[in-house]
Amino acid sequence: MVELLSESVLRLVYLVSAVFFIQGLRDMTHPRTAVRGNLLSSLGMLTAVGVTVLWFDVISPAVLIGGLVVGSLIGAGLAVKVEMTQMPQLVGVFNGFGGGASALVAGAELVEYRIEIGGAFPLEMGIAAAASGIIGAVTLFGSMVAAGKLHGVVTGSAIRYTGEQAVKAVLLATAVLSGVYLVVQPDVLSTALQGTWVPSYWLLVLAASVLGVMLVIPIGGADMPVVIALLNAYSGLAAAGTGFVLNNSALIIAGTLVGAAGMILTVIMCESMNRSLANVLFGGFGEEASSEEMEDIYEGNITETSPEELEMLLDTADRVVIVPGYGMAVAQAQHAVAELGQLLDGDGVDVEFGIHPVAGRMPGHMNVLLAEADVPYDKMKELEEINPTFSQTDVVIVTGANDVVNPRANEDDSSPISGMPVLNVNEAGTVIVNKRSLSPGFSGIPNPLFAEDNTYMLFGDGKEMMQNVVNEYKESN
Amino acid sequence: MPMTEFITNLTFFVLAAFLGYSVITKIPATLHTPLMSGANAITGITLVGAVVVAGSGSTTFATVLGFLAVVMATVNVVGGYMVSHFMLQDFHGGGDG
Repeated sequence: MVELLSESVLRLVYLVSAVFFIQGLRDMTHPRTAVRGNLLSSLGMLTAVGVTVLWFDVISPAVLIGGLVVGSLIGAGLAVKVEMTQMPQLVGVFNGFGGGASALVAGAELVEYRIEIGGAFPLEMGIAAAASGIIGAVTLFGSMVAAGKLHGVVTGSAIRYTGEQAVKAVLLATAVLSGVYLVVQPDVLSTALQGTWVPSYWLLVLAASVLGVMLVIPIGGADMPVVIALLNAYSGLAAAGTGFVLNNSALIIAGTLVGAAGMILTVIMCESMNRSLANVLFGGFGEEASSEEMEDIYEGNITETSPEELEMLLDTADRVVIVPGYGMAVAQAQHAVAELGQLLDGDGVDVEFGIHPVAGRMPGHMNVLLAEADVPYDKMKELEEINPTFSQTDVVIVTGANDVVNPRANEDDSSPISGMPVLNVNEAGTVIVNKRSLSPGFSGIPNPLFAEDNTYMLFGDGKEMMQNVVNEYKESN
Repeated sequence: MPMTEFITNLTFFVLAAFLGYSVITKIPATLHTPLMSGANAITGITLVGAVVVAGSGSTTFATVLGFLAVVMATVNVVGGYMVSHFMLQDFHGGGDG
């Protein structure tokens, strides 16, 4: 009876922590309440883990405490040390660990079952464990490759080879067949294949791990926002799968919420590029930059400008929009850009930041960089909000962005970016594009914006150029 | 009764998916990075499962697996919530900036 009571208590506490997670996510709908939301969510986690530790018979507390301490130290150490520009790869690494943990837990549970109860696994347990193992292992290794690409340890370019899809298909088939074997467990095969350490599960994990690497290797660096979002969804689904194995409602609810979040972000990222998820994952993207086409468009039509000239333009402007791209993060120019925004704002100029959903290397990447540089969130505008305002804007400063401001996307000319929603900066009075050269963006196509009459190119390193503009502005005002 | 239990679990799954969809579509793009790292931390709920197997493992193999799972999940939870917190603290409105 006491036992029954405590199981009810355990389940009730899991319900409480699920409520914390949901309210925490609800608080994330506004920057004002988001800090509280994150704390609520972490409180939910503490509650769920705490009650689990107290309720279950802990045979070896040293192992448990040791694991918690080691994990906390690593996690906190990484979180404290990370630079804001390195956030995408760190989120990728954390994500991978979540997926890996789910795969390990499902495996450990199978091993325990084999030893303590023996015989065939119940059908739903086998299915859930197989799903959790495949998704978890793909997440772990896929995330590590994605993080490696973002960090520059693995080449950011898309690595493609003949027979690529066949290799992936064979790996997936191996993983799925191992899963089927795990579920069906035919007695026709030798008992060695059904050993107490459940070898078929680990074969599944091995195949899925290699599959994770192979899935992400062929994807280019600029597509990593989609990959990171998708892997985020996978890690949630892996946790939900593990919840089915363990019959644990807390895991199922929390894992599914994360799965939904990741899927939504994935869809937003794909729509923002007007590409299907299948195209991002399996199709090649971009074309070889044709120098003839570039010369055709750029020859004689490029006007250069200087920080001094830009400063003079800003002196007479009433409304300025700054459009940042991944180049701003690479050049670490966000503080100079933010300072320029503050100076203009202080002089009564209407300054806003126009942020494309796929600018940067993860969803919302530009926003966290600018927020760290003290740009207020109400100055950061989404594509739908900022686009109607360009016609009333005097000066647009594009820094480190290319494809997301390419007017060719609005034309139905079957270019790689055709149909992609872009920031229509060319509707503004004057457009200043800060870039190191005329080299094409990820799509590989030239940008006619650079050749337009009201566009001026400010060639040079983003940080240096923006700092020069700031200095000029300070001197003359 | 395992089948009815499975169906109960499936109910949680389906309802949570709908709930997640309706809540998360309301989150503005400006908070998508902290949303991801925070959601990431929630994935660490698998720590609950890891605690169960690490603490109650009856074989060395299961205990080792449990230990590794606890370490990985804890990195995910602690790191994820901390980076989200740091990022969210940076967000402020025009009034106080």
